[in-house]
Amino acid sequence: MIAVTEAGFAFLVRGWTGPLVVLALVLATALVAGVSRRMLPFVLATLPLVLSIMLINTFLFPGAHDPIGTIGPFTATWTGLLAALQATLRVVAFALSVAVFALTTDTDDLLTDLEQRGLGRRAEFVIGAAVRTVPRMIERAGEIVDAQRARGLDTQGGPIRRVRGVLPLAGPMISSSLGEVEERTMALEARAFTAPTRRTAIRHLPDSLGQRVVRWGSFAAVVLVVAATFGGWLSLP
Amino acid sequence: MALVLSGVSYRYAGTQKPVLHGIDLRVERGEVVGVAGASDAGKSTLCLVAAGLAPGTVGGTLAGSVEIDSEATTSLKPFELAQRCGMLFQNSVTQLSGTSRSVWEEIAFGPRNLGLPLAEVVERVEAGLAALRIEALASRDPLRVSGGQAQLVALASVLALRPAYLVLDEPTSQLDPEGTQLVGDALAGLAGTAGTGILIVEHKTDLLARLTQRMLVLDDGRVALAGATEAVLADPTLRALGVEPPSLVTIGREAATAGIHLDPADLAMALAPRRA
Repeated sequence: MIAVTEAGFAFLVRGWTGPLVVLALVLATALVAGVSRRMLPFVLATLPLVLSIMLINTFLFPGAHDPIGTIGPFTATWTGLLAALQATLRVVAFALSVAVFALTTDTDDLLTDLEQRGLGRRAEFVIGAAVRTVPRMIERAGEIVDAQRARGLDTQGGPIRRVRGVLPLAGPMISSSLGEVEERTMALEARAFTAPTRRTAIRHLPDSLGQRVVRWGSFAAVVLVVAATFGGWLSLP
Repeated sequence: MALVLSGVSYRYAGTQKPVLHGIDLRVERGEVVGVAGASDAGKSTLCLVAAGLAPGTVGGTLAGSVEIDSEATTSLKPFELAQRCGMLFQNSVTQLSGTSRSVWEEIAFGPRNLGLPLAEVVERVEAGLAALRIEALASRDPLRVSGGQAQLVALASVLALRPAYLVLDEPTSQLDPEGTQLVGDALAGLAGTAGTGILIVEHKTDLLARLTQRMLVLDDGRVALAGATEAVLADPTLRALGVEPPSLVTIGREAATAGIHLDPADLAMALAPRRA
């Protein structure tokens, strides 16, 4: 809830205040949770988007007439640069909110909680299977690479050679996965997956009064601030 | 009280040729019936039909009738079938749910689907683990166990549903002799003490000789041989049907060829099912 609240703040509150407050909150949350060092990959993942935001806004901001400098036909403007920085802060704050969520939430705990709150078993199965199947697919790709290599296919070397080597993997990967679908469906039915009863919960997650207060307080805060901002009652820089 | 197939023929959707032709089969409660045959003889399809998954889930066309305790499988919903007739598939990995983070949770998957009280879920899982002596695997990731272990986990998952009948498609195909013995003992115990009726497809005829009272051999979707296990396994046409006779039969024949007389009664006793 804290991560969602932070993401909401970052995008919905106008001006500098939203993203800056969120960045501070995210970093504080990450420090408390002890995950600050593991957030770097999430920041790096935003680089392509940040780069495009910076270039487009700085050089192509519509109606800006306060030039910083010119490169060929393109003119960088102060207005564009400030807008780019603000947008970048929002994107980074959002990415870090997601990072905090991903790094502090166990998938099984999340699914258990959602199930206890009424998420259907089909939805839970789809999410759970997807989360657990991805590593298995990666392993299988490795096995197929080894098998292809043992039969003389070149899967190493330059990028073009590697792409050429990897393309034949797609067929076996897809066909073997599809081939398993029917059997998996039968296996699920044979294990009473379609029973109309509510599944037995085997884990009960703690949900203290403090956690509930913080959760609902966060939700109320984001609703109030966003409403105040859009209603014009809260003037933010 | 029995699992009964009467005049069953079956063909898959989109095909013209039936895979099974006029199969008659009866599995009583507490009885273990074996099925053998060459590859592509229709053994796995027979399992799907007996468990009610074909045509129910798979589709296709069924002629004749399949009844579990006098109730047609076609009239039962999949989750009702799951509680009456458990099915172990040939490929144990695809039988695993893929959503459980431990073997314990994997075995609990079926009982949880039925919404059983937590205490009963726990009791069933512990019993399943103990029956196949895989307690040490309880906390392991089910997707990261060996093929043989996955087969035991899949079997324990089926046992946890406590069906009146079990249909097992090559339950020991990935197991070593010790694991095969273990599964054989567990199944014999289930049939003997819990009164579970078991239909087992196996290539390992030594296991069939030890475990089953009756068996049949399929050939191109038809019953080629049927009867008491010792008689079927001693049939001279067995090898021509793609089934390797058990070692005791082979030994008896080799001995006879070498002019050594082995008492047929001793051989029959050696082939007879040994129950705990």
